[in-house]
Amino acid sequence: MARHVAIVDTAQKWVGLVPFMLFTGLFLIAPTLFIVIGAFRTPAGGFTLQNILDLNTPTILSAYWVSIKVSFLSALLGCLIGFAMAAAMTLGGISRRVKSPLMTFSGVASNFAGVPLAFAFIATIGPAGLITMYLRTEWGINLRMYGWNLLSTWGLIITYLFFQIPLMILIITPALEGLKREWREAADILGATRLQYWRMVALPILFPSILGTMALLFANAFGAVATAIALTGPSLNIAPILLYAQIRGDVLGNPNLGYALAFGMILITGAANTLYIVLRLRAERWLK
Amino acid sequence: MTRFAAWAAIISGCLYFLMPMIGMTEFSLSMRRGVYSLDAYRVVMADPQFQATFAYSLIMALLTIVFGVLLVVPTAYWVQLKMPRMRPVVEFVTLLPLVIPAIVVVFGYIRLYNTSGWLPLTGSVTGTNLLLMFGYATLALPYMYRAVDTGLRSIDVATLTEAAQSLGAGWFRIMATLILPNVLSAVLSGAFLTLAIVIGEFTMAALLDRPAFGPYMQILGANRAYEPAALAVIAFAITWACMGLIQMVSRLSKHKRA
Repeated sequence: MARHVAIVDTAQKWVGLVPFMLFTGLFLIAPTLFIVIGAFRTPAGGFTLQNILDLNTPTILSAYWVSIKVSFLSALLGCLIGFAMAAAMTLGGISRRVKSPLMTFSGVASNFAGVPLAFAFIATIGPAGLITMYLRTEWGINLRMYGWNLLSTWGLIITYLFFQIPLMILIITPALEGLKREWREAADILGATRLQYWRMVALPILFPSILGTMALLFANAFGAVATAIALTGPSLNIAPILLYAQIRGDVLGNPNLGYALAFGMILITGAANTLYIVLRLRAERWLK
Repeated sequence: MTRFAAWAAIISGCLYFLMPMIGMTEFSLSMRRGVYSLDAYRVVMADPQFQATFAYSLIMALLTIVFGVLLVVPTAYWVQLKMPRMRPVVEFVTLLPLVIPAIVVVFGYIRLYNTSGWLPLTGSVTGTNLLLMFGYATLALPYMYRAVDTGLRSIDVATLTEAAQSLGAGWFRIMATLILPNVLSAVLSGAFLTLAIVIGEFTMAALLDRPAFGPYMQILGANRAYEPAALAVIAFAITWACMGLIQMVSRLSKHKRA
């Protein structure tokens, strides 16, 4: 009897999770699994590794490579600039009146991605943008002559920085504020210079946070589709745009190859996010 | 010296952020030659396509918010009350949308829920709209769950539930009159963030072929010069408003508690 009650009780407990499991199962996990499994299947339904091997074409490899390059560089620069700004804000003796609006702005800018962001940059440093025209008419500098083109890898990186830097500021500021005064004072008493304090105390503590955030920024840029499409149209060959074209019109001429392309993207963002979570757990040990 | 470096970092950073803001505003105002005018805004606002797609996205956002709240609040409550051991699993699942790119999820939808599948959602307009809303709900899931979960942790769920039950309240009553009001500020934060995400979303709407605001902006961007800048200003204002509302809500709720 008691056992029967226990079973009913357990069953009742699980009932409360059914809607959540049903929803995420049907609309998050099943579609993803379908793609992953499809990457290892022949059109007839058998198991194969051929789709993965078929990714080895110049177009697809270069799409992945350009994507990785754009994501990595925008993550790296976003980290460096974001860190510099956050450090200036928290440690540089700048009044709090700057900090609060800057944090609010970071919240807005980190969410201002996609199509409108591309428009903003086209209006600024595009072929007829504000800065481009200003430099040409007032200073006689033709940016095009210097090889500048917004619809390029570097154009994409500079545009992505608009949401990468704020995201870094939002995540790293609490970590910087978590640096305890006592650590600084202890280092001072032991005769450490400023540089030594940073090299041997502060940076080792912050390092997991910084590296982890960089992994997050990388994944963030890697999955960005809308900004890239609105900025460059189909002209730039990067992984998300290639996948977009494949879903729309099977440009690769092989549906299962499309699955493999998507699987590769999951693998890359998955690895970056795992790195982020692992490093974040490490970082939290110090910043309690 | 360090203070100088700090100011230099802040100012050069702010310059980078200001440039595109100024650029898009200036561009959006210069449709008429030689003078600043609001012509671009007027043209955009008068475009029936703009009104239709904007209304569509707004309704989708509201539906997504309602669905998200109905899904997330009971789930987070239940996990907290009855199955704290499942918390890491549920939390992990809610974070998955940050790991799996949206374009992959929607790719799966198209292949799994097409007319030859067992659940042919893309076969009808209502079905596709529903599918898009589910897609948006997955996009919003990480933010919504986090906000609500944090809100629930700050109240004593078990005691409140027992008190309500001993007074004779059923589950529905507990959710509607006890839990929801207590996490209202968290729910509102999640709701405004969802609105900011959904209103200009491009990838899912475009691939499911729905007449949403994101794809409309992209098409306009490919064909016009000044109107896209006006749209960018409008979109930025919406994002700003959403974030401002989130801050206001959290500030108000802090006041109440203090």
